[in-house]
This record gives sequence, structure tokens and C-alpha cells, in this order.
Amino acid sequence: MAAKTLTIDGKEISAEEGATILQAAEEHGITMPTLCHLDGVYDVGACRLCLVEVAGTPKLLPACTTRVTEGMDVKTDTERLRKYRRMTLELLFAERNHVCAVCVANGHCELQSLAYSQGMDHVRYEYRFPHWEVDNTHPLFGMDPHRCILCTRCVRACWHIEGAGTLNVSGRSAGSHIITDLNQPWGLADSCTRCGKCVMSCPTGALYYKGSTVSEMERDRSKLEFIVTAREKKQWIA
Amino acid sequence: MDRQDLLKIKERELARRKKFTLRCCMAAGCISANAEAVKAQLEKTVADLGMADDVEVRGVGCLKLCCQGPLVQVDPRGPLYEKVTTDTAPAIIGSLKGGKANLSQADPHHPFFERQQAIVLANSGQVDPERIDSYIAADGYLALHHALTEMTPKEVLDAIDASGLRGRGGAGFPTGLKWGTVAKSPGTKKYVICNADEGDPGAFMDRCVLESDPHNILEGMAIAGFAVGADQGFIYVRAEYPLAISRLQLAIKQAKQLGVLGSGIFGSPFNFNVDIRIGAGAFVCGEETALMMSIEGRRGTPRPRPPFPAESGLWECPTLINNVETFANVAAIIRHGADWFAGIGTEKSKGTKVFALAGKITNTGLIEVPMGTSLRTIVEEMGGGAPDGGRIKAVQTGGPSGGCIPAEAFDVPVDYESLGQLGSIMGSGGMIVMDQTTNMVEIARFFMEFCKDESCGKCVPCRAGTAQLYALLTKIIERRATARDLQILEELCDLVKHTSLCGLGQTAPNPTLSTLRFFRSEYEALLQPELPNGARATPANHLVTP
Ligand SMILES: Cc1cc2nc3c(=O)[nH]c(=O)nc-3n(C[C@H](O)[C@H](O)[C@H](O)COP(=O)(O)O)c2cc1C
Ligand code: SF4
Ligand code: FES
Repeated sequence: MAAKTLTIDGKEISAEEGATILQAAEEHGITMPTLCHLDGVYDVGACRLCLVEVAGTPKLLPACTTRVTEGMDVKTDTERLRKYRRMTLELLFAERNHVCAVCVANGHCELQSLAYSQGMDHVRYEYRFPHWEVDNTHPLFGMDPHRCILCTRCVRACWHIEGAGTLNVSGRSAGSHIITDLNQPWGLADSCTRCGKCVMSCPTGALYYKGSTVSEMERDRSKLEFIVTAREKKQWIA
Repeated sequence: MDRQDLLKIKERELARRKKFTLRCCMAAGCISANAEAVKAQLEKTVADLGMADDVEVRGVGCLKLCCQGPLVQVDPRGPLYEKVTTDTAPAIIGSLKGGKANLSQADPHHPFFERQQAIVLANSGQVDPERIDSYIAADGYLALHHALTEMTPKEVLDAIDASGLRGRGGAGFPTGLKWGTVAKSPGTKKYVICNADEGDPGAFMDRCVLESDPHNILEGMAIAGFAVGADQGFIYVRAEYPLAISRLQLAIKQAKQLGVLGSGIFGSPFNFNVDIRIGAGAFVCGEETALMMSIEGRRGTPRPRPPFPAESGLWECPTLINNVETFANVAAIIRHGADWFAGIGTEKSKGTKVFALAGKITNTGLIEVPMGTSLRTIVEEMGGGAPDGGRIKAVQTGGPSGGCIPAEAFDVPVDYESLGQLGSIMGSGGMIVMDQTTNMVEIARFFMEFCKDESCGKCVPCRAGTAQLYALLTKIIERRATARDLQILEELCDLVKHTSLCGLGQTAPNPTLSTLRFFRSEYEALLQPELPNGARATPANHLVTP
């Protein structure tokens, strides 16, 4: 495949044609915040944390879904982007009930780490305090929608890595939520294979192994990547 | 079927003409005012008086002055009767024999009619939308015939390009450029989609076009299919438009029977079929990528562009998607030529635009005016100003994605660029007039509530941001907010506008931003003083400070 040369944050790099800005950046050690991106499943560009500035384009573009082009000049870390990222995180914290101190994922949460790394030290929006039902009907896993950020990583892992199609999104706007099968309790969802890929893919404490308590919820995401790499590239790299 | 056959149908239709024609508006507005019973009464009276040889009672599409329906137009050159009832209808028949009908008549020289220029609505109120012969009598399907037999796809593309036609779905993207991209995209299977989702509150232009002249849309789509190399079209209509849907279904059936849709149209190798897809009424499903998801049977949520539909659209095939009104211009451009069309309107905005005039205005209804007509002409002359001597304060264009234009700026010519400079958009053509009793912060909140509820929930800034913006506007209206909240509101508008994934979120702050720009004092009048020590007013404070 033809290579493209581009500049990211002043650094000249080359990337394979068809690669996303995010892939190209990561390959060269340039990092940027992401949340809905998950290695191994396709990208949807929904969380808007990876937005970057591209010279000559008036709109901000998501690095996870935008393909590199020849001569592209990308900026990933401007004052404006940093401000937008903090505000987006504030919106997420205010949207549902994220109480780190009592969360299974405390210390292992991507939302929490991003808040630290992006310097989000307070929330200026009113907390919405929505009420959701916790689903503990599954024998192995639980779902607490209060901690869900609707990144849909679990949905994509369920459909495109496991191929079960158990998880889905229902509702609109702030009422969007993750459902299992046709909105049955998870324990009654026949299509669920109990593979646990959804739990592995969740960035927060919304999906958890039953029985884990505060701060215990650690996940091994490399398993997802391992499966996908094995399937697509026929390489078994542990 | 060839040109001769079309002309024969036209002749037959014209020969059928009787001494008098009573054109009864059968669009949704008049039907909701009991027009069907009025038409039945007219038919009965004609039969009772034995005048069937002289009088044709014809159901037609929208006669435009919707606020005065049911409307009945007498031909040739008779009056346009307003608010006809089953009781007063017989008097109209009486008047044909020389009597005088003591019925309210519209003034045909009123600017509401005189300022209009009909291209899109040329057949509206003239042809019977339920009979293809009636459309053919108005030179229908001649443009398709001309394109298929005398033009190459490239020539059709060039004509649309040269006409300067721009998309009427909101953003004003050059139609010729879009068609050209689809034509150039590699692929053997391509699609044409007509976007008839029309979700803006207050807008009913597309509905009227579909109800009044469905064959014009089919003809426009077929010409587009020929130009870009597509053999399948879809019309995506919202389920709330049952009359439009049934007329389209009938039109498709008639067109197939006659052979102007289907295989080998007019003896050429060109095949084109059209199917209807019915939307469940989500505003976001008017956004092109969400619309295509919905046609594919999936959850209607937008996806990032590029790739644009012209390259990868429906089932990942190159897809042309245009608005109803955009397609409605196509046959006329082919019939009369690109130069004719390019001669109408302004330098960058060609042709006409249909607006649905609604709100605090004397004449509500449908108007089609050349691009560049001033807002003042539309509102004050054509619309007749505010009813009961009220004073008009602003006009909202572009619905939830647009802005409010204050009365001081009414001299603005209505074209894409000028409205954009005022922080509004042309939008699809909804025009809501507001008088001095309207509270602009309430208006901003109304549209924000709409966007908040209609957000698809996919991306964070729109889903969570519109909810917070709505909460902030509520806080201001309830007099619980301080100057700091106003600042937070403005910053959040900036975020939602610049980081949302699709047009819904990107434009959701527009009504708020434009009312802030022109009516800021109305916001400031509601603010509470900052409490000492910088604390903000809380709901508890609200109880003591009304
Ligand atoms: C939230 C949203 C709603 C939309 N609704 C409509 C609609 O109801 N009808 C329409 O024609 N275009 C609508 N559009 C614009 C379409 O995405 C698309 O641009 C248009 O159909 C293209 O047609 P045109 O080039 O003829 O304007 C909408 C866009 C957004 C972002
Ligand atoms: S901007 Fe709103 S409607 Fe558009 S994708 Fe994002 S959440 Fe959905
Ligand atoms: S990681 Fe790119 S938008 Fe979420």
C-alpha cells in the first residue's frame, strides 16, 4: 500500500494509506484522549474526545475515523481542543451518576483517568441525577446504567467480535440506554453466550463481573485485540 | 410510449375540458377544513342541476392561501372563493349561470399572489395529483423523454450544473456538483433518494409539493437516475404524511402502468424504479446518513462523513440524496433550459424558494418567490403583517437549525449567503413570524427542547450538551440564573456547535445564539445579581427572589 506523509503536532511522519489519524499518531508515539475507540472494533466517532484540527478544514475532525491524506497538517493539542475536551468530560460526569469512591472500577476507569489527564478538576453543569435500574439478573455479569457513558464499545464487541448481537442501544437523546436482546433482563437474554467481551470492553464500571467490589474491577482488554489480530492477520501474538 | 403518445394524452385531456372547471384544493390544510365534503357537495349540485356537461369539479393540490381554506378556484379566470362550506358551495354553481355568489373571495391582485413566481408549485392547484393524464396535460414527462432520447447523461449533468440549482434541504449544496460526484463514483449499483422527511416544526412545503404534484418528483428523480447511472430510487417520507404517501403510491403505480417508470423507459435502455420508505418521524432521520441507516432497516443514527453518500451511501453504494423541492425543479430546468433558470434569483442563489408562512401573520400559507426577494416583501406585503394590528418583532427561518431575524433587518434579501450572515439559514423553508408578545428566550428554549428530545444520543456534545443548554435556558427563564450562567451557556453553545457529530448538534445552538445576538437584553433582564462571596443563586434562593 502506498504511504502517505503528513505532519502531526509538527512532527513529520508517514503512514499507510487508509490508516486513521489516530493509528498514524499512535504508531509514532503521539497520544490523544479517546473513549469510544477500542482496538479491535470499528470506530464510530461518538465521544468527540479525539477531535483534532486539520489545516485547511474549518471543522474539527475525529482522529479515530478520519483517514490520513498526503500533506495533511494535524494538530492534536491546542488550547481550544484542550478546553473542548475538558468540557466534554464535564458533560459526561454531569450526565449520569459517577461516584468514583464507591465504584467497582475506581482506579481502573478510563473516564476517571481522562479527567485526571485532561485537568478536569470541577464540573460547572448541573448534575442530572437520572434514575436507572441496575440489572443483576445475569449469572456472571452485572450492568449499572448510572455509570454508562454510551460509548457503545460493548455493543460493537458483542456484535462484531463475538457475533452474538445481544447488546443494543434503545431510546433517544438522554434516554438512550444499553439493552439486552429485546429489552429483556440480561439473565433472560437467550442470545448471550456469556463470553464476557462486553465487560472487557467497558471503559467505566457500568459492566462488571459479579462479586467484584469497590476498585476491584480490572479488565484485560488485550484479549479482545488478541482475538481480532488472530482472526484477521492469522497471527497469534499473546 | 413515446413523445407522440404523451402529446396524444395531452390533447385528449385538453379536449375533455368543459366550459367551467372548479378547482377544489385537496391538500392537507383544506382537507382538514372539510374540503372533501365541499367537493362532494359541488359534484352533487352540478349533477342535480344537470350541468355535468359544462362543469368539471376537479380535486387539485395546494391553492396556497391555506389560512382561508377550503378554497375553490373557478376557471376560466373566475374568482378564488375562500372558506367555502357545504352550505355555501351550491351558490358557486349558481354563479356560473350568471348569478352572484355572496361568498368571500381572495383578491387575485394581492401581493400574496402577484409576488409569487411558480416553478416548483407551477402545477400545484392546477393538475389533479391523482391522475397522471392531468400531469401530462401540463407537459409532464416531456422533460424525461427529452433527456432519455436526446441528451447524454453528461449533458443532463451539465444542464443542472449550469442552472446553478442548489439543494433545498437546508445547506444549499450545489446540485450539479453533487450529481457529478455520484456519476463519477465507481460502482455498478447506484441509488437516488428523495428526502421527504421534513421534520422542522412549522414546515409543510415538501408535504404540499408531494400532495399537489407527485409526478413532478418522480420525473425529477428519474432524470437524476439517468444522469448519475442509478436504476433504483427511494422516497423517504414520514409516516405523518398519509395523504402524500397515498398519492405517491398512486403516482408510482400509474407511472409504471404507463411505462414512464420501470424497464426500458421510452424505448431507451434506461430502467428506473421508485419505492417508498416510510419513516417513523424522528427529526434526525432527515439527516442523510441517518436516513440511509433507516432505509437499511437499522437504528437511525448519523455517521461521520466522509465518506459522503455520493461515494458510499445506501448499502455502501454511491447514492444521490436530494430534497423534494430540489427534485421538483429538475424537469422544469430540462424543459426550459439552464439559462432560463439561471436568469431567476440572485448571483449565487438561483431560481425560487418555497416558504411555509406561519405564526403571527395575517396570510398563512405557501409562497414561492424568486431568490433575493426581501424578507420585508414576504412578511409585510405578501403576508399582510401581523393580524389585528400587532407589530412584528422577528422571523424565524430554518427551524431548530436556524435563527431569528429581527424586524430591523427585514430588508435582507432571502438567499443562502445573506441569511447565513445574519446567523440564520435558509433551511428547508419554514418561516415562523413572531409579534411583540413573543418572548425570545422562550423561543430559544422551545427549539432547544426540540433538539434535546430529537438528539439521537450518539455523540456526547449533542446528547448531554443540549440537555444542559435546555436546563440553563430554563434556569434563566425561571429567574434563577446569574451572569455567570449566561457565560456558561455561551461557552456550551460554542462546544456543541463545533464538536457535535452531525448537523443536528452542530446547528442546535443557532436559535439561542441568534436570539442572544439580537435580543440579548431580554436574557439580561432575567438575570439575578451575583450573590456576595461569588456564590450562585440556588433553587432555595429562587424561592425568595421571584
Ligand atoms: C438533523 C437534520 C435534519 C434534516 N432534515 C432534512 C429534511 O427533513 N429534509 C431534507 O431534505 N433534508 C434534511 N436534512 C439535510 C439532509 O441531510 C441533506 O443534506 C439533504 O437532504 C440534501 O438534499 P439537497 O442537496 O437537495 O438539499 C437534514 C439535516 C440534518 C442535519
Ligand atoms: S449531533 Fe446529535 S443527532 Fe447528530 S449524531 Fe450527535 S447525538 Fe446524534
Ligand atoms: S475516540 Fe474518536 S470520537 Fe471517540
